Amino acid sequence: MANRFRGGVHPDDSKHTSKQAISGLQPAERLILSLSQHIGAPSRPEVSVGDRVLKYQPIASPGGFVSMALHAPTSGTVKAIEPAPHPSGRLVTAIIIEPDGLDEALDRTDKADPGLARSPENWKETIRDSGIVGMGGAAFPTHVKLSPPEDKPIDMIVANGVECEPYLTADHRLMLESPDEILGGLFLAMKIVGAKKAVVAIEANKPDAAEVMRKADLPEGVTVEVLPVMYPQGAEKQLIQALTGREVPTGGLPMDVGVVVQNVGTLATMNQAIKEGRPMVERVMTLGGPLPNGPGNYMVSIGTSLSHVVEQTGGLKGPAARLINGGPMMGQALAGLESPVTKGTSGLLAFGPGELRTLRQRACIRCGSCISVCPASLLPHTLGSMVEFRLFNQLREFNITDCIECGSCAFVCPADRNMVQFIRQGKAELLALAGK
Amino acid sequence: MSTVLAPSPHVRSSVTIETAMYGVIIALLPGALVGACFFGLNALKVMTISIIACLLFEAMVLKIRGMDMSPLKDGSAVLTGLLLAMNLPSNIPWWMVVMGAVVAIGIGKQVYGGLGYNPFNPALVARVFLLISFPVAMTSWPVPKPLSFSLDTITGATPLGAMKTSLMMEGNVGAAANMSLVDPLIGNMGGSLGEIGALALALGGIYLLVRKIITWHIPVSFLATVFGMTGIYWLINPELYAPPTFHLVTGGLMLGAFFMATDYVTSPVTGKGMVIFGVGCGVLTVFIRLFGGYPEGVSFAILLMNAATPIIDRYTRPRVFGYPTRKEARA
Ligand code: SF4
Ligand code: SF4
Repeated sequence: MANRFRGGVHPDDSKHTSKQAISGLQPAERLILSLSQHIGAPSRPEVSVGDRVLKYQPIASPGGFVSMALHAPTSGTVKAIEPAPHPSGRLVTAIIIEPDGLDEALDRTDKADPGLARSPENWKETIRDSGIVGMGGAAFPTHVKLSPPEDKPIDMIVANGVECEPYLTADHRLMLESPDEILGGLFLAMKIVGAKKAVVAIEANKPDAAEVMRKADLPEGVTVEVLPVMYPQGAEKQLIQALTGREVPTGGLPMDVGVVVQNVGTLATMNQAIKEGRPMVERVMTLGGPLPNGPGNYMVSIGTSLSHVVEQTGGLKGPAARLINGGPMMGQALAGLESPVTKGTSGLLAFGPGELRTLRQRACIRCGSCISVCPASLLPHTLGSMVEFRLFNQLREFNITDCIECGSCAFVCPADRNMVQFIRQGKAELLALAGK
Repeated sequence: MSTVLAPSPHVRSSVTIETAMYGVIIALLPGALVGACFFGLNALKVMTISIIACLLFEAMVLKIRGMDMSPLKDGSAVLTGLLLAMNLPSNIPWWMVVMGAVVAIGIGKQVYGGLGYNPFNPALVARVFLLISFPVAMTSWPVPKPLSFSLDTITGATPLGAMKTSLMMEGNVGAAANMSLVDPLIGNMGGSLGEIGALALALGGIYLLVRKIITWHIPVSFLATVFGMTGIYWLINPELYAPPTFHLVTGGLMLGAFFMATDYVTSPVTGKGMVIFGVGCGVLTVFIRLFGGYPEGVSFAILLMNAATPIIDRYTRPRVFGYPTRKEARA
């Protein structure tokens, strides 16, 4: 079955932390719970300054269909609801909680369904009420993905354990340490959308994880597929193409070809939410790159500042020249460590001066490398040059909106062109033109 | 602590313009060495003058344009200089080499805005300019003298030139019909520095393929077309047409197929486009060689196809992910 997706690149996988078991951290003295931790409308606060909150207590409700609830990661006091640092670099309203150290939890036994006696519809509500979003990076609300319209039957769920971004090992560790949680969530997802088949997709650089998953108690209809190591295989459309040969139509979603993709971390979180009534208040993240003294995989409360993660693990070896929220291919550069861990934080990478190649952007020499690696079969060099020379009106004809911003084109470009930046700028210009 | 807020991706492959350009230069060295072995000091002189003149003139233009000198180091001017030299006879006067360099860098490259913007291969523009301006100097070839380093030279014809003459005088291809391939393979024949030594040039070409600096598309389609077409004509009438193997190892075919036609800037960007480009180069080369006024057609063929590159690029755009295939669209 295993096909191959088109294009792709081979960055050095640098999975240095794959042997580091997931460990906990001392709790932070202040948690920053941003109201925008997902794609969609910001959540609405349900608590006031001065309120005492309990662990798992809902503190914000969804601000729309594509929006999420938020829960207190521990017991404490609401200190403020104010603009606070956000990984995007902007200030975004957040609920600031000062933990009291008691970790007193709200009784949620009424929410739990350990015997799985309730209906799939009810599970879906639990997923929404538990604030679960995709944990692979895009942070799309999970219940929305599990709600395909009637006319889009789903025949396959993909458990995405590909983890194709270099350095990141959080999903790898989760597969090794909690295979049953992941498979439990996968079973629930299959029931919710009525899919008979499911595939656990893992890249070949994690043979131990594939082994563990294969030996686990696989629900009926579930297989484990080991895929060749190739970036951006973890991107939904590319993963579906590699596994099934199906091409998600332009502007469409995986459900248009009968597939729903869920990250393995998301599945494990779903399982806990439904069987134990635990909402999403923590996640696994990788601390990596050459600079941290304590690189590894950590279970972190949502809202913990990145600086706390770094300090608790022994700090950095020296001044950071580049901090990345996420993986090196699609992650975002951070100005500092003030921003919090959000539901979509898969990793924090720190590099010292001179550890990343210095780039000098030059004119395109038309080598064609970017075209041969583009998984969307675009002409990245043309898009880049059009934006550079401000020829925005032709961008649509060259399908700029089909770009998934994977960065493969920029990765291979011998002229060091900042293609992804050009493309983002081009997309923004198109939006502006359409708005006029 | 201040960090770089660069856009993603934060890691890049180690391949740069420099690695590509110097890779091609390295690949050219065996061919250049053959030239130096058979034409001695003159060959070295032409190569040195050409490279230095290209660098100097590039520096001058950059200075005039008020730019920094960093493009001097990217290897492209050195490569243009070396390629130009490979396209010249070793006994050409030094000032013609300098003129060629001026045309290559000035008219071939910088008037368009420098590396990446030029529509034609700069070294070929210069070669054709010299060929048209100084036809005698450009077509009197020194007879090779293996490993002799004397500066005086006797001139003679290239195998392709001899064939053309024989065709016109005798009405048949003459010696070309059953010439041994050993001499052209190792380089023991008249011609420009990079026209002889097919074996050494092909070796460099293979190096480029192995290092993935070029892909197979252009050289293979170019060589296969020349071989196939000349083969058909030869089968039809071996009196009038030389064997395909002769065409493969003589003239600037190896140099053209591996080093000139593959120039990134002036050739198409997709595999499909490159194949069309290579076939086009092959067809034009054969037509010029067999029916044109010049004995050799590689340079003209490549330049003509350079002009066709934008059109080829336009009609070979890949089907974008998630769009119907042409067949699906019709259904
Ligand atoms: S153009 Fe977009 S989709 Fe294609 S390689 Fe570049 S970033 Fe990826
Ligand atoms: S990889 Fe860079 S230099 Fe090559 S064609 Fe694409 S944009 Fe141009």
